Formats: sequence, structure tokens, C-alpha cells
Amino acid sequence: MRIFRIIPIIALLVLSSALNVDAQCKAFAKKVCLPELGSYTHDGNYHAAVLVEGEEAELYKTFYSDMDYRVAICGEEKLPDIEFRILDANKNVLYSNKDSDFARTWDFKLQSSQQLKLIVKVSSFNQSGESPASGCVSIMFGFKVKK
Amino acid sequence: MNKKYGISLGFLMVILIFACLISGCKSGGEIAAKDDETINVSQDNGTIYEDIKQAEKIFNALPSPLESAMLIKSAGARFDEALLNPIGNVNNYATNKSMALNLGIYTCDLSFASLYEQTQLIIDYMNAAKKMADGLGILKAIEQTTIDRLEENINNSEVIMEIVSETFMNSNSYLEDNGQPAIAAMVLVGGWFEGLYISTQLVDMNDFNGNKLVGRIIDQKLSIDILFRLLESSKGNPAVDELMGQVNKLRTVFDKISITSSPIRPEFDKSSNTTILKSEVKTDMTPAVFQELATTVAEIRNTFVK
Repeated sequence: MRIFRIIPIIALLVLSSALNVDAQCKAFAKKVCLPELGSYTHDGNYHAAVLVEGEEAELYKTFYSDMDYRVAICGEEKLPDIEFRILDANKNVLYSNKDSDFARTWDFKLQSSQQLKLIVKVSSFNQSGESPASGCVSIMFGFKVKK
Repeated sequence: MNKKYGISLGFLMVILIFACLISGCKSGGEIAAKDDETINVSQDNGTIYEDIKQAEKIFNALPSPLESAMLIKSAGARFDEALLNPIGNVNNYATNKSMALNLGIYTCDLSFASLYEQTQLIIDYMNAAKKMADGLGILKAIEQTTIDRLEENINNSEVIMEIVSETFMNSNSYLEDNGQPAIAAMVLVGGWFEGLYISTQLVDMNDFNGNKLVGRIIDQKLSIDILFRLLESSKGNPAVDELMGQVNKLRTVFDKISITSSPIRPEFDKSSNTTILKSEVKTDMTPAVFQELATTVAEIRNTFVK
């Protein structure tokens, strides 16, 4: 009946590794992504997830005409390039960091307040036979009152 | 003997399945709507949600309490302490729902006090927020060292905003990471309602047309679907279901406000290295609709702070 000893151990290991991954993600967001906001004030919201090569995340947010914004999108080093696009309500791409050598940040402001959609995609190493890389991806927003 | 092992095996399998489920949620993120799930969209933001099912993780980002307070100040509004939730109410909140909503509310009040350099109120409201966070079991969100650092930098608005932002991130990341998205959503909802409540109360009806603050209130219509989706992801939780009913009531009023936008034209400004998203927006809200909105917001907010 060794199985009765093994199952709880496996369960605990699975649980602790899951919680550990989250703690690492938060630490990564704070240490790596937060400084990317520079002189912009972080809004205090936390958006981070573990993504695998090829996976996408989406974020919906209203941006206001009174503010200057910086968005910072960071992926752990073990991940390939992180691509992000900003779209309007009609699915027009307003910005893609592919055109800026996968830049981590983008500074923008709006003439009128708008709800925008942000799509983040982990690109692929395209290495057949190997298990896909996975790691934390964090999205952070900073703002300044428009001068 | 067999019966004993039967119960134990079942129990252990439940633990293992639970652990795997938790692990799955943590590593893969919140799974998006299933293929056969229908998506309700409002007229204004219909197309933006069409591809929602393709993503592995969906974030519905409401303005944070700090951002809400900043929007009020940037609209030129005055500070009015009487509009804040009195700190004397802290002992009234005993349920997770009331503590979560009031963590958001007190954080918004704290942000509002910080931006107007109300030094004593900053300390008081940080303590009130700490009490809510402690009550929710959020470890290390606001520690005594944070309060001490706040006191040491009470005249440095930049550091204060940094501390407010950091403590709010500590709270919502703790809740997300510990499988409490419903509580995390309620914190955001509380903060958003408080910002809207303060804004609507500060509008001078003698200066309605062209009032910048009225413009910021109209802008909140753009976030109502985000708010609803945020709550919808925890549907089935009785506290969340109750909030969804209240948000629906507010959405009915927001539906009476029209916002139309021209296509957005991105223009890059080399001198500031910034992209300007240019568009012209037309909005329409009558004073009567505004009064209805203000009344509805106040009614809902009062159920949160009572």
C-alpha cells in the first residue's frame, strides 16, 4: 500500500510547485518589469501569467485622454521574443512591437479616451522534438498626467 | 479493511485531482470562453470581444484606485473629505465581500487623499486599508514598515504614490496567486465604484456643459463591459452574482449615454518618442441622465460602505 504514502506527496509537490511558480511570477514582475516603467507611475494592477511558446494572452483596458501611458511587457529570459499588438474596437492594429525589434515598452497618449485590446503572444523557437519553453509574462501600465 | 482503504483511496484521489486542477489554473492561466460559449457584447464594444476565445489568458483591466483618483484630480476637481468612506466604519466589515469592496474603496480614498496631500488622512486611510487586507488574510500586503515608510515620506508625493501602488499590487497579486479571483475582482470593483461615486458627487450642475469631470464620468461607460466580464469570470459565487445584478442596473443607465468615435489614427511624435492615437469622439449625456447615474452609483456604493 505504498501508493497511499506516494499520492499525498505527489499532491503536495504539485501544489507547492504551482504556488512557487506564482510567487516567482510576482517576483519577476516586480524585479524585471516594474523598472521598465521608468518615470511613469505604476497603476498598481497586476497582470501576469505563465505562458508556453505560441500561446496568447489578451487584455482589455480603457485609456484616458488626460494621461500619458507606458505599457511594459516582459517575458522571462528562457522564453523566445514576446510579440504584442494594440488594437482598436474595429480590430485595426495601432501598434505592433514586431516593427520595433520586439521592444518591451511602448509610450502613447490619446486624443480621446478609448477602450483598447492588447494581444500578447509568445513566439516560437521552432525547435522540433524539444518540449516547448514556458515562463512568466507580465503586463504593466504606467501613467503620467498629460502636461 | 477494504472499506477503510476504499475511503482513503477516494480521499487521496480527490486531493490529487484538486492539486492538479489548482496547478493547471496556475500554469495555464484562466481558460478563455469555450468554443460553444456565447458572448454577450454591448453595442459599443461588440467587435473588440470577437476573438476572445482564442487566447489562453484574458485580463479584464479596470482602472486601479490610483488611476481613478488621478483622473478626478486631473479633471480639476476639488478635494472633499466628506465624500470619503469614514475610517470609523472599519469595524463594520466582517464578511469577505464587504472587506474586499472596502479594501478597494479605502485604497481609492487613500489615493485621493495622497494626490491632494492630506497628510493625516493618508496615514488613517492606509491603516484602514491595512485592516481590510489583514481581515482578508492577505499576507504582507501592508506591513508596519510600509506605514513607517509612509510617515517618513509624508511630504513626498512621488514616494507616497509609489507606496500606494506597491501595496495595491501586493494585495491583488496575493489574491490572484492564491486562487481568490472573486475577492480580487471585488477589490477592483470597490475601487472603481468609489472613484465614480466621488466624481459624480463633485460635479457642479451649474457648470455641467463642457465640464471636464463630466467627460471623465462618461468615459467610464467604456469600462462597464470590462467590469461585467471581470465579475462574470467568478459567476456562481453568491457575492459576485449579487454584484453583477447591481452592475447590470448601472449598465442600464450607462446605455442611455452615447459615445461615437471616428477611426483612430496613430501618429508618431519623434521629439517625445511617443505615439499619439488621434480620434474625435462625440458624446451625449443629458443632465437628467447624469442625475440618474449619480443616484444609482450612490445607492450601490452605499450598500458597499454601510
